[in-house]
Order: sequence, then structure tokens, then C-alpha cells
Amino acid sequence: MSSRRTPFYLLVFLLVAAGSLLTWYRHAVFDVPWLPGEKRQIWSVEAKVDFMATGGPVKVSLAIPATQPGFEQIGEHTASPGYGLAFVDNVSGRRAEWSIRSASGSQTLYYQTEMLADPETLDDKVAVPPPLRQIVLVGPQATAARRVLQRATERSADPFTLARELIGEFNSGSESAQLLTQTKSRGAWLVDLLHMAGVPAREVHALNLEDGRRRQSAVNLLQVFDAESYALFDIRSGVQGQQPTQLLWEYSSSPLLDIVGGDNSRISFSMIEQDVPVSRMLEAGTLSLSQKVLDFSIHSLPLSEQALFKGILLIPVGVLIVSLFRILVGVRTSGTFMPVLIAIAFIQTSLVTGLVGFLLIVGVGLMIRSYLSRLNLLLVARISAVIISVIIIIAAFAVLSFQLGLAEGLKITIFPMVILAWTIERMSILWEEEGPKEVLVQGGGSLLVALLAWLAMSNDVVRHLTFNFLGLQFVFMALVLLLGNYTGYRLLEFRRFRPLLKAQG
Amino acid sequence: MFAWVDRLLPYRELADMGIMGMNQRNISYISRYNSRQLYPLVDDKLRTKRLAIENGVATPKLLGTVDNQHDVMKVRDFISGLGGFCIKPAKGSSGKGILVVSRGGDGLLYRSNGQKLVLRDVERHVSNILAGLFSLGGAPDVAMIEALIEVDDALHDYTFEGVPDVRIIVFRGFPVMAMMRLSCGASKGKANLHQGAVGVGVDIVTGRAVRAVQQNRPVNIHPDTGQDLLSLKVPRWDTLLELSCACADMTGLGYLGVDLVLDREQGPMLLELNARPGLTIQIANGAGLLPRLRRIEEVPQVSHLGIADRIRFARRHFASMPLDEPDAMRRSA
Repeated sequence: MSSRRTPFYLLVFLLVAAGSLLTWYRHAVFDVPWLPGEKRQIWSVEAKVDFMATGGPVKVSLAIPATQPGFEQIGEHTASPGYGLAFVDNVSGRRAEWSIRSASGSQTLYYQTEMLADPETLDDKVAVPPPLRQIVLVGPQATAARRVLQRATERSADPFTLARELIGEFNSGSESAQLLTQTKSRGAWLVDLLHMAGVPAREVHALNLEDGRRRQSAVNLLQVFDAESYALFDIRSGVQGQQPTQLLWEYSSSPLLDIVGGDNSRISFSMIEQDVPVSRMLEAGTLSLSQKVLDFSIHSLPLSEQALFKGILLIPVGVLIVSLFRILVGVRTSGTFMPVLIAIAFIQTSLVTGLVGFLLIVGVGLMIRSYLSRLNLLLVARISAVIISVIIIIAAFAVLSFQLGLAEGLKITIFPMVILAWTIERMSILWEEEGPKEVLVQGGGSLLVALLAWLAMSNDVVRHLTFNFLGLQFVFMALVLLLGNYTGYRLLEFRRFRPLLKAQG
Repeated sequence: MFAWVDRLLPYRELADMGIMGMNQRNISYISRYNSRQLYPLVDDKLRTKRLAIENGVATPKLLGTVDNQHDVMKVRDFISGLGGFCIKPAKGSSGKGILVVSRGGDGLLYRSNGQKLVLRDVERHVSNILAGLFSLGGAPDVAMIEALIEVDDALHDYTFEGVPDVRIIVFRGFPVMAMMRLSCGASKGKANLHQGAVGVGVDIVTGRAVRAVQQNRPVNIHPDTGQDLLSLKVPRWDTLLELSCACADMTGLGYLGVDLVLDREQGPMLLELNARPGLTIQIANGAGLLPRLRRIEEVPQVSHLGIADRIRFARRHFASMPLDEPDAMRRSA
């Protein structure tokens, strides 16, 4: 029997060895620390430009960021097969300019930059005010603009309060302000009005940095200059100040993207937060090519995919926990891997919101399902009805919580709805067949395992390890294989078989 | 020093008794002795029935089958004029979706737990079965309508509202351990142990009760009928043993749970087969399966042994020890 098992243990050993070796290699050669902490935060931001080339020569000019207060640029690169590339730095700011003699069809260009979060960084260009412009207005617009400016000036003391009052003017929806926004955007008017008042200002494009986000777009901010400093304003809300996670992408009053020879252009941003030790950061770029080839990590992928993998690589942890609990403990769950999906939803919603949302949806769903069971429907139709009910419940809760001012409630939409519908269906059958006790046992078991999976998957150390050490996946694989070979008792079987021991006295 | 660990997790004690856990059952017996391709023979009750008929094994009479939604109305014809019937999903597992219906004196239909039913309820149940509600993985299924089994007179006082059945674990063709499952009020007329039915361990040698449990706890009298459970002696025990071996032979499965019933008129019949039989039989018998299974694994060749030889072997080795001599039981392990 043992000889039959030898290849199996050999496989497990190989997996563990390969996994450990890769992990050690990442640690030793790339200096990735075992634990998060003792490191600097680096934001990798990727801009992806999509457009349809019309067949002729193409010129693409993309605004790109530079070192600025709060962020130090430590690297940038592009991916654009076949295109000529130049970084230019002129009056319209830093720009990446791609060019090609002829191109047709769908084109994609990438630009990626690494920004080191550093509150100490100071910079030059961002703080240089644009030259004041002479604004000439005629007709009713001139009157309206003057009226808006006058009102705001009366209620303000300096350039910053003037900007805030101007935004307030637009928000109040006065007739004059409405007349103005019919011809130009609010941002453009704010800049013009400030220039009329002799205050240098411009519109800038910024990104809200959030780890693992994909397909984000830039937000417009208003930059207003005082004699020696500047302030940023949200054009919609008038909120003043730059958040530490706001990266200015373009600040030269130029368009974000300019394409000649293409149409249907779109720009989207992906971003990811990396915690890199200071030592490695200093050595960045000194690694030889051969080492790069052996860099068995997903850090060579485009950022948007990396962001995706950051979540995907956590799934094995959840799966491992489910296996542990089913095989070693004997917890019954409804649907084998449903707890992992619930845990993933919890990660995105935060725990309390997730738990409350889950219980609400399943609870209300069970009530609706008990009514549906009286309608004598075919199974497929009934489950479809449950799915639709779940969506209606989710929509209702989202609207309700928003009206009550609980923005958290909006996150309820993250739950996997089809899975929830099946959970409700199974639980309701369980209720009819075995009674509410079994529903509690299995529902409680699923929630317990989901909670523990959530604990593990949201742990900083676990996230750090799974994302940085791909080799660990082999170790997880080996562990799961070993678990699949465990013939001992499950923890709950001790309780189950205890009466047998009593029988023996 | 580690006494408290032993008390909390009596691993060694259970292992000494030869109690088999779920993981060991799955790895060492089910996946090793039950070939995947044979599963459909037992997972599909219609195929089991066909196989049984080919092999001359008696089964409850099949009144009809419904295999598509359009024919659901046919149920009406199948059951008209019958005193009672039973509807089962062909691919149901662990007793799910079995509807036992009897006709009361008033001509109305009643579920085995006394709940009143109209024809529409029965039809809905059939269409649930067809849609795969009770089958593994929700695969489309076939509904079987079977005649009811009449409880044998000798067992009448041991059961409440339902038909008792005998579960025999057959390993490599040898009967290993047996138990009788008696429905009671708590189990709503079902003979499913986890729903509260009484399990009575039955001695392989004599067919007499060894021990009885309900919800894993020992009981001595039937909770509803008040009958002394330890006085139970399964009638026609020899025939039942032979039938269980024959069932194992016809499927080719190495580790099998055979569920048999005793009909008042027709005698022992095959109810269903189970390729993943549960472990509660050990609690009902107060004994572990492992020593017996290992004893059989020591037999090098089994193909030349006839049913009678195998039963003789089982009777020689697997006699249940009286409960008041626990040490003897442990020694035999």
C-alpha cells in the first residue's frame, strides 16, 4: 500500500520544494520582505489608451504626471508595439507622444508610472501659476458673469474663499449661473471668472488612488493660486484640499489626451498599491535581464491584470480553509465553496455591512421563496423568480440605505446574486425537508467558514504573501492534496461517536 | 499529562474500537472498492430495479414512471383506485424527495405524517422531481411511482407510521454489519436516522437486536409504541442475508449498503442500494466497522466463494458481543 502511495508523496514533496524554492528566491534575490511593514508605499498607475486608427499616420499625445507634492516619480514605461515614442516637456506640461506612419483598426497604448508616496516631496511645476489671461465677454453672458463674480467677491476675502464662493454660486443654481453653464462647462467658467478677478487658476486632472481599481477615469479639480501657494477645489462640491491619495495627472491646462488620425478614443486608469522595502526601491532597475526572466511573479503583467490577480490569488487561501473545515472539522456548509464566494463579497463590502446584507437578503429571500413554493412553479422558473427577487431586494436595500444616508448599504450590490439565489433555494428545500434546525446548522456552518475565510483573506500578511510569492500557490496545492489523503477522524465525529465510548463504561 | 486531550478528543479510544470515520470511509473503502462507473447502477433507482428484476431479486411493484413534464397528469391514472403509493425520484439521495401517500377511509390522500394532500400537491411533487430538485447536482430526473409496502406482522409493533427497513453493509460480498431502522413520530414516518428514526443494531449471526439508538443516544423502548426494542428479532434473517449478498454480487460494488424491507405478502424485497452508506450503523451496533472490514481484506481471493460460504464466514467472525462484556468486544477488535 505504501509503495502505491510513493508517487503521491513525491508529488507533494516536489510541490512543496518548488513552492518553497520560488518563495525563497523571491525573498533572497528580489528582497521582498516576508512581512508587510518596514516599507514604502508605491502606487503603480497605468493609463490605457484605446482608439480606432483611421488608416493614415497617427499621433497620440497623452498628458503624463511628474513628481509633485506628496508623490515622487520613480519610474515610468510604456508599451506600444510599432510606435515611435518621445517624452516631451514643454509649456503644455509633460506629455508622452506616440507616432506611427500608418495604422488602422483598434489600437491600444499603455503608459505606466510608479509614484512613491512621500509627504516630504516638494515640487516646482505644479506650483507655478499659469499666466493671467484677458477674458473678453459680450452680450448677456458678460452681464451674468459679472453678476456671479460680484456676488462671490462680496462674500469672500482672498483668492481661495473667492473660488469656494464661486463654486457655491454655481451650486445654488442661480439664474445667472445657469445661463453661463449653457455655453461652457462649469470648470472652464470657474477658471475664466477667477482670471477676470485677477486670480491665476486652472483646471487639473487628478486620479483618486485606490488599491486594485481598474477602469477608473480622471476627475477634474480646480487649482487656485495665491501669492505663494495654491489650493485645490473639487469642482462639484467645492471641498478644498488635496487628499493624500489624489494624484495630479495633468496640470497645464492641456487636454488629457490628444489624437490625430484616430477616433473613438478612450482613456482609462488602473492602479495598484505595492509595499516595497526601501532597500529594494533604491536598487530598482539594477537587476540584470536574466534575473528578470526568472522573476516568477505576476508583476510583469499589465497593472489592470495585476489588480485582478491580487484578488484571485487569495481564492486558494479561502479554498484551503473550506477544505480544512470540511475534512478536519466536519462542518457542513450549504454548497461546497459558497463560503469562499461570500468571503470575497465580505472583503469588498467590509464585514458588518456584508453580514447584515447577507442575512437580510437570505432572510427576505426565504420569505419570498416560501410564498413561491405555494404557486406550484417549475424548478427553473422558480429559481429564476428567486434570482429576480434577490436583485429586487438588493436594489430596494441599496435605495433605502442611500435615502437613510447609509452609504455603506450601496455595497450590498457586490454579492454574487445567482449564488445567493441558489443558497436561498437550497435552504428553503432544507427547511421543508429537514426543518429549521438543519437550516441553522448548515447556514451557520457556511457563515462561520465564510467568516474565517474572510479573516484569513483580509489579513494584511496573507495578502502580502499571496501577492508577492506566487510559489506559495504550490504549497497550497500540496496542502490540499495532503488533506485529500487524511483518513483520520473529523473533529465533530468525536462528538458523534462519543455515545459509543459511554457504552463501554 | 495529556489525559484531558484524550478526554476531549478520544482519538485513540475510537481507533482502538475500530470506529470508522467519514474520511477513512471515503478514501479507504468507497473510492478504493467502488468503481465510479458502477455508481449509476445504484444512484439511479430505476436501473437498480431493472438489474434486480434481471437477477431475480424481488423489489416493490413499479406502478409507473413519469419522465417529462407533459406526462405529470398521468400520475392521476397510476394512482386511481390505489389504497396507497409512494413517489420517489430515481436519482434522489439520502431519502430526499420520497413522498409516501396513503388513502384514508374518506377517500382523501394523506402523507405518511398525516398531512392532507390534494392531487395538485402530488403533481407538483412529481414536477419538482423531474426538474431535478432532489437529484445530485440538480440533474433532470425521473419520478417513480411504487406500490406501498405492507409492514410484516412481526415488525408491526416496532414501528410508527412508516415501514421499517434493514440496512446491511456488504463488503466484497460479505455481510459485515446490519441494523434495522424504525420510523417513529419524531422522524415523521421516515426511516431516516438523521431525521430521528430509531436505529437498532442487528446481530449478523442471529438477527437479534444488539442495541438501539435514537439521535445517537441509546434507547430501550420505542418512543411511540412503547415496545421493548431489544426484544426485536428480524424475521427471515437468513433470507435477508442471502438477498443482501446477491444484491452486492449483481452490482459489482465492493462496499455497499443494501436496504431491504419485509413485505407482509411478498417477503424480503430490495428497497434500494447505496454506494456511500452512512456510519451511524456503528453507533447502533456499538461496534466499529474497521476490524470486520480488515478481517475481510485479509481474505486474498473472494471470487470463488459462494454466497453461503461468505455468510458462514461472516457468522463465524462477526458475532456481536453482549453489551455487558465490553472487554470481550475490545479484545475481538
